[in-house]
Amino acid sequence: MIRFIAKRLGSGLVVLLVVSALTFFLLYMSSGSIARNILGDQASAEQVAMKEHELGLDEPLVARYLAWVGDALSGNLGASWFSSEPVANSLATRIPVTMTMVFAAMILIAICAALIGVAAAVKRGWVDRMVQVGAIIGDSVPGFVIGVILVTLLAIQLGLFPATSTISPDAGADAWVYSMALPVIALLINGVTGGAQQIRSAVIKQLERDYVRTLRSRGIGEREILFKHVLRSAAPAGLTVLSLQLIGMLGGVVIIEQIFALPGMGPLAVTATGQSDLPVVMGVVMYTVVVVIVVNLLVDILNGWLNPKVRVS
Amino acid sequence: MSDSVETAAAAAPAPASPIHAGQSGPGQNGPGQSGTVVRSTVIRRLFKNPLGIVAMTILTVISLLALLAPVLAPFDQNYANIAKTLADPDSVNILGTDSAGRDVWSRLLYGAQLTLLSALLCAGVAIAIGLPAGLIAGYYAGKFEAVSNWVVGILMSLPGLIVLLTIRAAFGPSVWMSMIAFGILISPSYFRLTRTAVQSVRNELYVDAARVSGLSDLSIIARHIFSVVRAPIIIQTAAIAGVAIAIQSGLEFLGLGDPTKATWGVMLSEGFKNVYLNPTLLFWPALAMALTIGALVLLGNAIRDALEDGEKIKHRKKKAMRESSTAAPVAARPTRKSTAAVVPGTEHHLVKVTNLGVGYPQADGSIKKVVDDVSFHVDRGEILGIVGESGSGKSQTAFSILGLLPDNARIVAGSIQFDGSYTVAPGEERVSQERLSKLRGKRISYIPQEPMSNLDPAFTIGYQLVTPMVRVLGISKAEARKRALKLLTDVGIANPERTFNAYPHEVSGGMAQRVLIAGAISCEPDLVIADEPTTALDVTVQADVLDLLRELQQRLNIGVILVTHNFGVVADLCDRVAVMQNGRLVEEGSVRDILRNPQEPYTQTLLASMLEGKEPMSMLVSAGQKESVA
Repeated sequence: MIRFIAKRLGSGLVVLLVVSALTFFLLYMSSGSIARNILGDQASAEQVAMKEHELGLDEPLVARYLAWVGDALSGNLGASWFSSEPVANSLATRIPVTMTMVFAAMILIAICAALIGVAAAVKRGWVDRMVQVGAIIGDSVPGFVIGVILVTLLAIQLGLFPATSTISPDAGADAWVYSMALPVIALLINGVTGGAQQIRSAVIKQLERDYVRTLRSRGIGEREILFKHVLRSAAPAGLTVLSLQLIGMLGGVVIIEQIFALPGMGPLAVTATGQSDLPVVMGVVMYTVVVVIVVNLLVDILNGWLNPKVRVS
Repeated sequence: MSDSVETAAAAAPAPASPIHAGQSGPGQNGPGQSGTVVRSTVIRRLFKNPLGIVAMTILTVISLLALLAPVLAPFDQNYANIAKTLADPDSVNILGTDSAGRDVWSRLLYGAQLTLLSALLCAGVAIAIGLPAGLIAGYYAGKFEAVSNWVVGILMSLPGLIVLLTIRAAFGPSVWMSMIAFGILISPSYFRLTRTAVQSVRNELYVDAARVSGLSDLSIIARHIFSVVRAPIIIQTAAIAGVAIAIQSGLEFLGLGDPTKATWGVMLSEGFKNVYLNPTLLFWPALAMALTIGALVLLGNAIRDALEDGEKIKHRKKKAMRESSTAAPVAARPTRKSTAAVVPGTEHHLVKVTNLGVGYPQADGSIKKVVDDVSFHVDRGEILGIVGESGSGKSQTAFSILGLLPDNARIVAGSIQFDGSYTVAPGEERVSQERLSKLRGKRISYIPQEPMSNLDPAFTIGYQLVTPMVRVLGISKAEARKRALKLLTDVGIANPERTFNAYPHEVSGGMAQRVLIAGAISCEPDLVIADEPTTALDVTVQADVLDLLRELQQRLNIGVILVTHNFGVVADLCDRVAVMQNGRLVEEGSVRDILRNPQEPYTQTLLASMLEGKEPMSMLVSAGQKESVA
């Protein structure tokens, strides 16, 4: 098991390196004159050249990438070109906000989608039809549009929730949960509709397996078959569904934070992108890739634990 | 119509088969279209599906509006009348104006244009990369597949929006750039789909035939393989176009799109900024987006349904045809009785099946019978063989006795009694689970056909042997463990401890079948139903398993129903045999009588097909034995 984890971790690091290199070269090769962009049109050629030297842009790309990797290994991701704030600091203050939301939404998605999906697979009938219709609606309306609709209806028109959620946890748990409710709901609707449908299919697939019939023929009760055997076999598929949703949510949360004016990764990423603030963009990409790798590693470990075949080999 | 059924049935089992031989593109099926009958039935089913029609209508209308935007739009997309901002709808601006005094209706139309074009670009890029890569990886496999799988793994693990933000930071605001990037990012979905489809047909006989007949790889791909992936690709494209619209709009909503272009995302963002002043500005772009993406989703579903229905109807037709050819000589069925007591004088039979009929309700309200008027009995210590080709209803009969028919199955006639009381009383529609759950495992047990798929891969063999004994017999785990080890020894497993602790994937198929037999007799049942217990095994193992079955059956004096298609097994093992064909019982009698002197032409044909080129009739029994061993 430890070798298995080490192997996964190793391949995760390779992915991290590859993505960082690709992103770095893509960013620094394509965006025109960075110094001119920062200083504006009024700046003289001399000033631009000085700025370029100051930012180290006159050095070869590969040398710059290696320097970036070296700094990154010691925890230094550079500083924003516009605010001069160290990227690592910005990430450290914003990641908790975003991750709290993402994990809250993910836990709720996992619970709701599993309950609804299993109910639809086992009971069929109206629950099943609801899940099918829900999946179509969830697929049809993008998550951020749902966010916009929620704010407009529930916060602005009806005044049930605050439209912006800048309350910090220090203000008291009640107020904070209340202020975070709407963004989390906006984030999880698509996840629940899509997840429930996929979990339903996974459970139905397992219920049709031969060994379920054999277990019945041995006199094992329906409840035990469902909870001990079927759900266990369906779990890897469910985990994969949920991990893909979490990864997708890293993008979705950017827009949701923008809508609800939350001080998370979203506004940082959007501002940096708009200004071509490349060190910050690099930082955002790295944070994303690390989260993805960690999530995939966790899913692999859980699957190994669930499936003896993976565990042994 | 029957033509189409034939062609479709002959095509590959892949979901795409019904459009197998079509010549033209997906959207060009007018009434005069030649193509093939098969394809037009799919299209016809699509046009019969109300949701499909709605989806296609919406998409057509939106496409037309987008195409005619320059004609239909009263204003240019960026024409701003500063004197008339955030205006309510009137005769000039039919949907009102935004905060810069631009006409909402005009911007919606131009937005449709850009949105649809960008979705097409994205899907186009994704197909251009994913399809060829998938074809190559699926057809040639090897290193290319390994490398592309690795790349796919990375691409699939990156959140789309973050990648698009990076692209925007690198290349500036361009709808086209971001859609090309997203096309690359999403191309794995085509890659995977194509690779899987190609892998499934790569070794099909008709592809082999094409290869043998000297067709080049390229023309095989073009002619045989491409036709298989076409339908899944159309479905996938509908989904991807929807995703592309959503993510592109998201990017524009963040204000990272091209500010000079009117798009639905920009309009939504603009509306959201003015949500306190004029919330209806939000409504139109949101509606346009939901309608378009929703129509794409529904269209994809409708095409999938049309293809799947095709398969179903095909199946049903084949079976119905077969049934109608044999349904003519129906014997008068005795009228149903509502009494719960079994017929006197039959109590001593272990199992008695009387005039059993099993059917499946069809979409059109009729019931398709798979078992019809079947009667037989089994006594203690007796082995009854049920012989027939696949689809003859023998397994359905066996599952009716076990009460393990699929949920949608109905008992349409007859009764089943076990040890003197009904499990299915005359007139009952379903097997009573209440009665059977008390019998299953304890008194009636089951040996399945395919050993590996009938053990839960996530639990040890020991666990799967012990639990039923603990539940059914109420003994302790330690006691059950002792018995399980004894059972494993009894079924001829040399090292029972090791097998007890093994997971199913760690033992061979023959050993797994022994484990399943051990499980079947673990609670000392009176009746064992064995459904082709040796079919999935190697021939040498088959003989061992049959010997084991016979030995256990004699020692424990249990009744056995042995479902098989192999007369050799029957001759080897059974006391009596029932021959089934098309859901009906053709002939029943002692093995000796039936083998030596079959009365029914079908039994004669079955026997003749088995013994062709073998010794004359007097040697039948020994020839049958050889058959089972060889």
